[in-house]
Amino acid sequence: MILGKKNQEKKYVDKGKRLDGRKTDELRQIDIEVGVIDQADGSAFVQWGKNKVYAAVYGPKECLPRHTQNPLKAVLRYKYNMAPFSVSDRIRPGYSRRSVEISKVSRLALEKTLVLEDFPKTAIDVFVEIIQADAGSRAAGITAASVALADAGIPMTGLVSACAVGKAGGHIILDMTKEEEDAPDAIDLPVAYVPETGEFTLVQMDGELQRKDWDELIELAVKGCEMVGEKQRLALKKKYEGEVNE
Amino acid sequence: MSKTNLYWVIKKDSLLADLSHGKRSDKRKFDEYRKITVEKGVSDTAEGSAMVQMGKTKVIAGVKISVGTPYPDSPDKGTMMVNAELLPLSSPDFEPGFPSEDAVELSRVVDRGIRESHAIDLEKLCIREGELVYSVFVDIDIINYDGNLFDACELAGIAALEDTKLPKVKDEKIVEGEFTGKLPINHQPIECTFAKIGEHILLDPDLEEDNCKEAAFTIAITEKDVICAMQKRGSKPFTKDELTSMIDTAIKESKKLRSNL
Repeated sequence: MILGKKNQEKKYVDKGKRLDGRKTDELRQIDIEVGVIDQADGSAFVQWGKNKVYAAVYGPKECLPRHTQNPLKAVLRYKYNMAPFSVSDRIRPGYSRRSVEISKVSRLALEKTLVLEDFPKTAIDVFVEIIQADAGSRAAGITAASVALADAGIPMTGLVSACAVGKAGGHIILDMTKEEEDAPDAIDLPVAYVPETGEFTLVQMDGELQRKDWDELIELAVKGCEMVGEKQRLALKKKYEGEVNE
Repeated sequence: MSKTNLYWVIKKDSLLADLSHGKRSDKRKFDEYRKITVEKGVSDTAEGSAMVQMGKTKVIAGVKISVGTPYPDSPDKGTMMVNAELLPLSSPDFEPGFPSEDAVELSRVVDRGIRESHAIDLEKLCIREGELVYSVFVDIDIINYDGNLFDACELAGIAALEDTKLPKVKDEKIVEGEFTGKLPINHQPIECTFAKIGEHILLDPDLEEDNCKEAAFTIAITEKDVICAMQKRGSKPFTKDELTSMIDTAIKESKKLRSNL
């Protein structure tokens, strides 16, 4: 390693292969397990590369305090939390601006797919706990949460699948690792997408994006989310296949 | 008086009816901003400041500079932070207390536009590598809320930064009232926000439109047409074509907005 120059010298894509050996349009290994938290009404555990994420759904249940109730539909609540030991520097537990924002955009990414009108005056709680993070934890969280909501039997119009696309070292890539996200020229564009309807429910971006790269990035994001959606459906089928005919 | 949810449900119907005839309540085009004024240097106590009025929305940004230690991962760079306060004085809907989710999102998206565009030349704010750097705090007070805070706050933030003088440092402390020059600014990020109501997409939503919107999309763009931040808000989804067309409009309209600086 050359001191001080490692970022400039690092080749993010070499002969079509990335630092971890993936192709530019390849997701990390994703494993989804449904029904992993016994106490919850629905739950999922997602291992996404080095990300480890639990999602649990409680509800529909009584919505307290009462003034937060909606007489017409259920209130969806979403809490994204990082374990203090989930990254190399310890995270102070509790309130952070980052987790408040991620909780908000994640909740809104899921809300329109749920038939909340079926459960007036109730609350549906989604808790997402990041046990280990390596870039893309909000996408893994939303992916896990959507599966957990399905597992909880909340009626929905479609599963929400999420992933990030971006750029590192001048290359457009799917599903960055932390190392790629730390590239000096990195772009991070996380999206949530409903494959059933072809609509985006979350779009964020930071970095320096040229207009000419947009079309390719968003196409790649659709492709990535469709692959994630396939994994979500398989995971749910695996748990429920035997029970479908009941 | 604070309007109830029911008020906005009813309002949305009449708004939608007008929009389907191509009409906004103040006769603006769908891709047109309200009247914008930018006034720099509105505070004597801040190192830099600016007041922005966008229609009746009014925000004041003030920049304070102190010295501190750099972050371990960027020992040769100064630090910056943006914070926006939804003051209860600016709207019947804002409550005193802990920052709400909306206030946090506003702060972070405005911060992102300035940070990711590298608007402030943070490398020039290093005094002694690994030990002492300038810290830039951009605080934005909302004075009157009449919709579209994101664009007004970003504009006020960058205007205040351009107005900022860099204080002298002696014995690791700021020397009050003495300056070494201007704060080094490299770029002028501008945010453009669209609201989606029904199937209509409106640039620069006013209070009514902001309260009736089902989704919003904010795009930050520099003077070189580089997109440096995006954020979708609200629960209604967007299609790919809608996103692309908003990006193209924003690239065009941000230039007009920037001419106010």
